Amino acid sequence: MEGWDIQIWTYVIVGFTFALYIGIAIWSKAGSTGEFYVAGKGVSPLANGMATAADWMSAASFISMAGLIAFSGYDGSVYLMGWTGGYVLLALLLAPYLRKFGKFTVPDFIGERYYSNTARTVAVVCALFVSFTYISGQMRGVGVVFSRFLEVDVNMGVIIGMLMVFFYAVMGGMKGITYTQVAQYCILIFAFLVPAIFISILMTGNAIPQIGFGSTLSDGTYLLDKLDGLQSELGFGVYTEGVKSKWDVFCITAALMFGTAGLPHVIVRFFTVKKVKDARKSAGYALLFIAILYTTAPAIAVFAKTNLIHTVSNQEYSSMPDWFSKWEETGLINFQDKNGDGKIQFVGSDQNELIIDNDIMVLANPEIAKLPDWVVALVAAGGLAAALSTAAGLLLVISSSVSHDLLKKQWMPNITEKQELKYARISAGFAVLCAGYFGMYPPGYVAATVAIAFGLAAASFFPAIILGIFSKKMNKEGAVAGMVVGILSTSAYILYFKFINVEANVASNWLFGVSPEGFGTVGMLLNFITSFVVMKLTPPVDQEIVDLVEDIRVPDPV
Amino acid sequence: MNKLPSYKKRYWRSNIKYLLVLLSVWFTVSYVFGIVFVDTLNQIKIGGFKLGFWFAQQGSIFVFVLLIFIYVGLMNKLDADYHKKEEE
Repeated sequence: MEGWDIQIWTYVIVGFTFALYIGIAIWSKAGSTGEFYVAGKGVSPLANGMATAADWMSAASFISMAGLIAFSGYDGSVYLMGWTGGYVLLALLLAPYLRKFGKFTVPDFIGERYYSNTARTVAVVCALFVSFTYISGQMRGVGVVFSRFLEVDVNMGVIIGMLMVFFYAVMGGMKGITYTQVAQYCILIFAFLVPAIFISILMTGNAIPQIGFGSTLSDGTYLLDKLDGLQSELGFGVYTEGVKSKWDVFCITAALMFGTAGLPHVIVRFFTVKKVKDARKSAGYALLFIAILYTTAPAIAVFAKTNLIHTVSNQEYSSMPDWFSKWEETGLINFQDKNGDGKIQFVGSDQNELIIDNDIMVLANPEIAKLPDWVVALVAAGGLAAALSTAAGLLLVISSSVSHDLLKKQWMPNITEKQELKYARISAGFAVLCAGYFGMYPPGYVAATVAIAFGLAAASFFPAIILGIFSKKMNKEGAVAGMVVGILSTSAYILYFKFINVEANVASNWLFGVSPEGFGTVGMLLNFITSFVVMKLTPPVDQEIVDLVEDIRVPDPV
Repeated sequence: MNKLPSYKKRYWRSNIKYLLVLLSVWFTVSYVFGIVFVDTLNQIKIGGFKLGFWFAQQGSIFVFVLLIFIYVGLMNKLDADYHKKEEE
């Protein structure tokens, strides 16, 4: 092992994980639509918890989030609370009832509960839109990790990623995905924690990062006080205090939470367990496993930001370590010696000479902290695991929406189960190709579309599902009108500020002072209001639907 | 609409009660402690953490996990009672 460099380590570790995923895929090939869509409803709560966690934590959570927090300080809390708090809503308000309902997809629930194929189709459109938005980012993430660590072309990386996902998602369906996601969770959490623990010990002497970032440095000052001091000295603003308005932080957090609870690829995971009881329990496990990463990320953010400032601020450019020039080549670090003094001015004003991409904080962190090469390789494998697991979960939503909710339930009701399974595989294959295309030619607005994905999920699915469970009276007219108003208002608002009139995207122009990222919350409220108003004006639901709702509210028969 | 046996109604009512209590805790630790009153809580320091900042980046998440497991426990008990009633 002496003389192994980062690249060999990366090939070995990534190669090993890929072999593992393929092995699992062959072992768990799906034989029926039930196995393909929901893993035969036989997944244990613990396994489902891990699979949900891997499904949920994408390339963005693994690679970008810690960096995002490092550069936004307290304001980064919106992601931490927003992307975890939604699981409380899922566990308490959605998962058990949807499991009791016991069908295959989210549009399935909407279509049956609102006795309407219009409602089903609206739900399919939302599901497809949200999932495609998301998946292009994942394939891009795979390509980027490959190109940085294995020095292959980004497009080559995307193709390798496509082949992997194609193999286990198309063959194994939900069953294959579930068990590969379990493996992927283990790999990604190990890869995330190892460098965090190393760095926490190096900086604070405490092995638990969650405690470490509230501890003291070797000079006796608290790490957070030190960082606050450094930041205000350099004009970045105090780290532990934000600059966004409280109201906007409130709305963004809410949009992310309700959006999380409305994302079809997350919800569908709770269809895969045996019982209602297991759905609740596995939501608990899922959040526990997610929380391990989400409480470590803000610690990494603080360690990395402090390290970074110490390494670069007011230092000679020529004395920068190896990783600096290496990441400069990738364009993720950009230095411009504006005043020509040969030193790096890293400050919060227009004299700043250093631009650093968010992703560096996780990807280069092990190198910045001088950790061994195998840790760096592990981070690459972890990033790939995070991206592949999320991509696979999304693919399944796309394929089941098409083969089940459009073909079987609407356009070709007479196909056999075998044919439906074939169509499910074909649509999964087709979705892989589309995702690969977006990965190679990414639309320039991937980051902006994430706001749309969460906003739309919050403004469309969340109210429709909640009302379907907690109101016996909500009818199809109300639900459809609500979803349409929610989607249209939210997407119009986001499109306007993110694409049509980008210059106008400042707080003084925002409606009710809510940024586009937080507008899903407003869209959701509009959806609820519209639903109730329209319900009052239109015919009531049949007794059949009342019975259906009463049935999903009670536990499984013994 | 009132044909439901009373144990079914009681089951649902208890469920709603649990939901309201747990969700108000959910709201308090995140939106109230982590956002609305964050500056006030930041006056208090525990170790190196300002309390409001800690709730926003750590505490709220720990409480979220706890809330789900408490709900799991409560509902398992409620389900067991329900099944007993069902047999009678």
